[in-house]
Amino acid sequence: MNLLAMPRKLADNPKALADGLLLGDRRAAARAITLVEDGSQKGTELMKLLYPHVGRSMVIGVTGAGGSGKSSLINHIIRVFRSQGRRVGVVAVDPTSPFSGGALLGDRLRFQTHSMDEGVYIRSMASRGYLGGLARATTDVVRIIEAMGNDLVIVETLGAGQDEIDIIHVAQTCVLVLTPGMGDDIQAMKAGIMEIADLIALNKADLDGAETCLRSLEATVRYGFEEKEAAWIPRVIPTVAAGARTDDVRGIEEVAEAILAHQSYLRESRTIHEIQAKRVEQELGLVFRDEVQKAVFKGLKGTGKKRQYIRAILEGRTDPYSVVEEVLRTFLRV
Amino acid sequence: MGTEKIKVIVSKVGLDGHDRGAKVVASLLKEGGMEVVYLGMYQTPESIIKAAIDEDADVIGLSYLSGEHLVYTPKIVEEMKKNGMDDVLLVVGGSFPPEDIEVMKQMGVDEVFRGGSRIPSIVNYITENVR
Ligand SMILES: Nc1nc2c(ncn2[C@@H]2O[C@H](COP(=O)(O)OP(=O)(O)O)[C@@H](O)[C@H]2O)c(=O)[nH]1
Ligand SMILES: [Mg+2]
Repeated sequence: MNLLAMPRKLADNPKALADGLLLGDRRAAARAITLVEDGSQKGTELMKLLYPHVGRSMVIGVTGAGGSGKSSLINHIIRVFRSQGRRVGVVAVDPTSPFSGGALLGDRLRFQTHSMDEGVYIRSMASRGYLGGLARATTDVVRIIEAMGNDLVIVETLGAGQDEIDIIHVAQTCVLVLTPGMGDDIQAMKAGIMEIADLIALNKADLDGAETCLRSLEATVRYGFEEKEAAWIPRVIPTVAAGARTDDVRGIEEVAEAILAHQSYLRESRTIHEIQAKRVEQELGLVFRDEVQKAVFKGLKGTGKKRQYIRAILEGRTDPYSVVEEVLRTFLRV
Repeated sequence: MGTEKIKVIVSKVGLDGHDRGAKVVASLLKEGGMEVVYLGMYQTPESIIKAAIDEDADVIGLSYLSGEHLVYTPKIVEEMKKNGMDDVLLVVGGSFPPEDIEVMKQMGVDEVFRGGSRIPSIVNYITENVR
């Protein structure tokens, strides 16, 4: 089948899309991602076909507050990895508006340097109400981009705040982007560093207070990791990811190097196997929850039971926990 | 769980350095419930098409300000044909002489909105015509 000549949606055949994207066809990959994002049955079929072919890429998470410079930094990191001949995929998540259901996905704007590079696949994603800094489908989207044959997949989280730790289930290496002058947030920041950072980019190092901030971060890392003799100690790297002139940019090679160093550490220490197992465990949990919910709601459909349950709960005759227990007994015979 | 959303690429084309109009349209389409990928300025027909492919966009929205619409539009239409994007809606907005609307439609543009068009009409048009 010639995917090239096919209108987008006519090619919505899981097998054809899987075959295409495994050969690196970006059109097939793009369409596959939409099917998965939409939670469609075809998306599920597709993921079944792809699973044997995933798990070989380096998956790098980039997290940090909105405006800290994640996208700008990624733009430069892509450049370094491309110059090493590696193929790169990027997933950038931005928030869905809870009011309109729409989203403004502005990260791509910062990746313009690579807008014509066939060796770079970039996909913007709206969170669609899912919490934790990612979208519900992000894990599958990363899998699809891996299956395309990319050496690296970079995931940019939406940067909403402190509870963005979902990224550690998806990424093997997490880059935490901080900026000078986050004084008030220092406690939250410390928690974030301890929980997720494999390396820290102190971005906007051109701004006032960068030096003080750097010393304070280094002290935090020393206290948190070195004294506990942690096997991996995050580096703190000052970076400038955007500036008035291109030669203002700095620290990028160091970040790329530290990412690769962490990847080597994961592989040499065999920690990578633990991380991969955790990731599969997380995926299994998500898929399980979704599928059970779908199956139960499908079973309830048309029985009028859902409405009865709601009324019963409202009238104080029962509660959500008892209802779910009853439903599970009926539909799953547990 | 069918949660299909309309995905729109919004871009400026050409060399003039104003993207306020494009930004306003982008954020209003977002308020209209769409997922809008904003590309910003200095895009070429090729870079817009590549973005539309990567993003699996349903709609491409182009914004022109300074009279390059008759130069760039045919190139974009041609790229879309070459890439099998017959089911992608192409919408153009900006300021140009009224007689150019028909010219662009002849070229293959699905709809044209001149500066000052009411935003709800753009949102409605896309919602009703997306393929
Ligand atoms: N001064 C300065 N500004 C930066 C730096 N890196 C990014 N910015 C600016 O910070 C803003 C937000 O950057 P962006 O990459 O979109 O941040 P994100 O929201 O974390 O992805 C943009 O205006 C960038 O130009 C930096 O190192 N120094
Ligand atoms: Mg960003």
